[in-house]
Amino acid sequence: MAERIPSGTRDFLPDEMRELRAMTDRLRTVFEGAGYGEVYTPALEFERTFQGDLPAGPAYRLFDEHGNVLVLRADMTVPIARVAATRYASEPPPLRFSYFAHAYRRVRPQRGQSREFLQAGVELIGAPAPAGTAEVLNVLCDALDAAGLENFRVGLGDVMLYPALLRSHGIDEQSGERILALLAKGDFVGVERELAGAELSDADAELLLRVPRIRGGSEVLDGLTGPLLEAGMGMQDVLELLSPQTAARVIFDFGLVRSIGYYTGAVFQVYDPAYGTPLGSGGRYDELLGRFGRPLPAVGFALNVERLHIALTGEERGRG
Amino acid sequence: MAERPGAGFRSLHASRRRLAPELRIAVPRGALFAGTLDLLDRLGIDTAEVRANDRRLLFEEAGIVTMRPSDVPTYVEAGAADLGITGKDVLLEQSDRMVHELRDLGYGRCVMVLATRAGEDRVADALRHLGVVRIATKYPRVAAAHFEATSRQAEIVEVKGSVELAPLTGLVEGIVDLTATGTTLRENDLVIREEIAVCTARLIANPVADKLKAAQIDRLLEQLDGV
Repeated sequence: MAERIPSGTRDFLPDEMRELRAMTDRLRTVFEGAGYGEVYTPALEFERTFQGDLPAGPAYRLFDEHGNVLVLRADMTVPIARVAATRYASEPPPLRFSYFAHAYRRVRPQRGQSREFLQAGVELIGAPAPAGTAEVLNVLCDALDAAGLENFRVGLGDVMLYPALLRSHGIDEQSGERILALLAKGDFVGVERELAGAELSDADAELLLRVPRIRGGSEVLDGLTGPLLEAGMGMQDVLELLSPQTAARVIFDFGLVRSIGYYTGAVFQVYDPAYGTPLGSGGRYDELLGRFGRPLPAVGFALNVERLHIALTGEERGRG
Repeated sequence: MAERPGAGFRSLHASRRRLAPELRIAVPRGALFAGTLDLLDRLGIDTAEVRANDRRLLFEEAGIVTMRPSDVPTYVEAGAADLGITGKDVLLEQSDRMVHELRDLGYGRCVMVLATRAGEDRVADALRHLGVVRIATKYPRVAAAHFEATSRQAEIVEVKGSVELAPLTGLVEGIVDLTATGTTLRENDLVIREEIAVCTARLIANPVADKLKAAQIDRLLEQLDGV
């Protein structure tokens, strides 16, 4: 048994490490250049710090000598929120941080999905929407450009959009939760079944079914009405603040729902045709800092470095 | 210097490229095969080659790959196919696959059932006297979830071949299996005790393809809803 390693973990050998290092160096240059100083926090945190924000739950639980329950951190956003609220309690915002650190989640191990995985990301604290959101999106796209990724797109949505739409159509809380859970799984057949069971006019049911499928260029923001108009205007405001290079990468996506408990507004996901799963994600978490005693609006993203590496390799192969 | 390709070669090449399909679809062989090919024909995808070749698996020009139904979610999740068609039974069993379920296609209707030998209900009997029942199935996760959801203790016995044999030989008290007409169950002296889920063919998509090829996928869905 001594020669084995835990399921979902692995060793990294020199060839891979060299390529990963070259990639993270390029990302770091962009992060630092944009004013995001690198921080590092303990791999171990008290379990209560995470409060069930991450759906997959902690991969590993430990005890210290006093019997406290510790976890290996499930992401870096929560620890950095803690750092910002405690170590920078009186610093004037905005605060900018970047990180390169491993996170641990209880996932089904497969390629690009490890229980221990390296994240590269930034957090912008004290900068509200839309300017803060746009700044972080610009950093994200600049970093991916610097890494050499060519065909990526960033899907931009808003986690408040669909819940607000459900409420405004009189869908009760319980049924709404079920619909959002189905949507998070991508089960549109289930959503249709659930909507058919609610007391809705055909036109309303059709609208609620159609909205999460709206995704595309800025043309999808035209001609919106009601609660959609408000969300659309929020996205339009972000779009206007993006650099032209970033704007060309963004697709608007009304189907994005809350993947992490602390998201409160704009969310985004990074897609590349060379890899079947998003390479990274981010969003606004305007209420998380308040939990640590310094309420400030915030936004950030995390890239999965291993997936980015797979996508880069895939793109290179595609170019032959 | 290598000879430059002639005009004829170029135009052939160009027309090939123009015809290269925008989407790759994973098509299940087996019970859903015929219905799926008929549907693709109606959507204007040429399946003549697929029908004519029993052994070939990859049909690049039509954008079709053929495989076992239970492999479809694997290919679609990894992005090796943009879209796929498979039974709801497969999706229930592999519920942790990250794929989008876009449409209930309606055909290939089957029911996932709990069945036992005719006569006295041996599952109920075992639960009453022993508190636990043995269930044979090719769908261990669906079966386990069904018994857990109904707070009954079951030992799930996974079998690869004919499930109907297991209760007849006394290996188990009941089976969880998919049935279309119930004929096989009847012929083996088995009766349906509980219906677990109705299963039809489903159209699934890779989550990244569903965003990056949105226009192509939506066009196909529109066609599908019009058929």
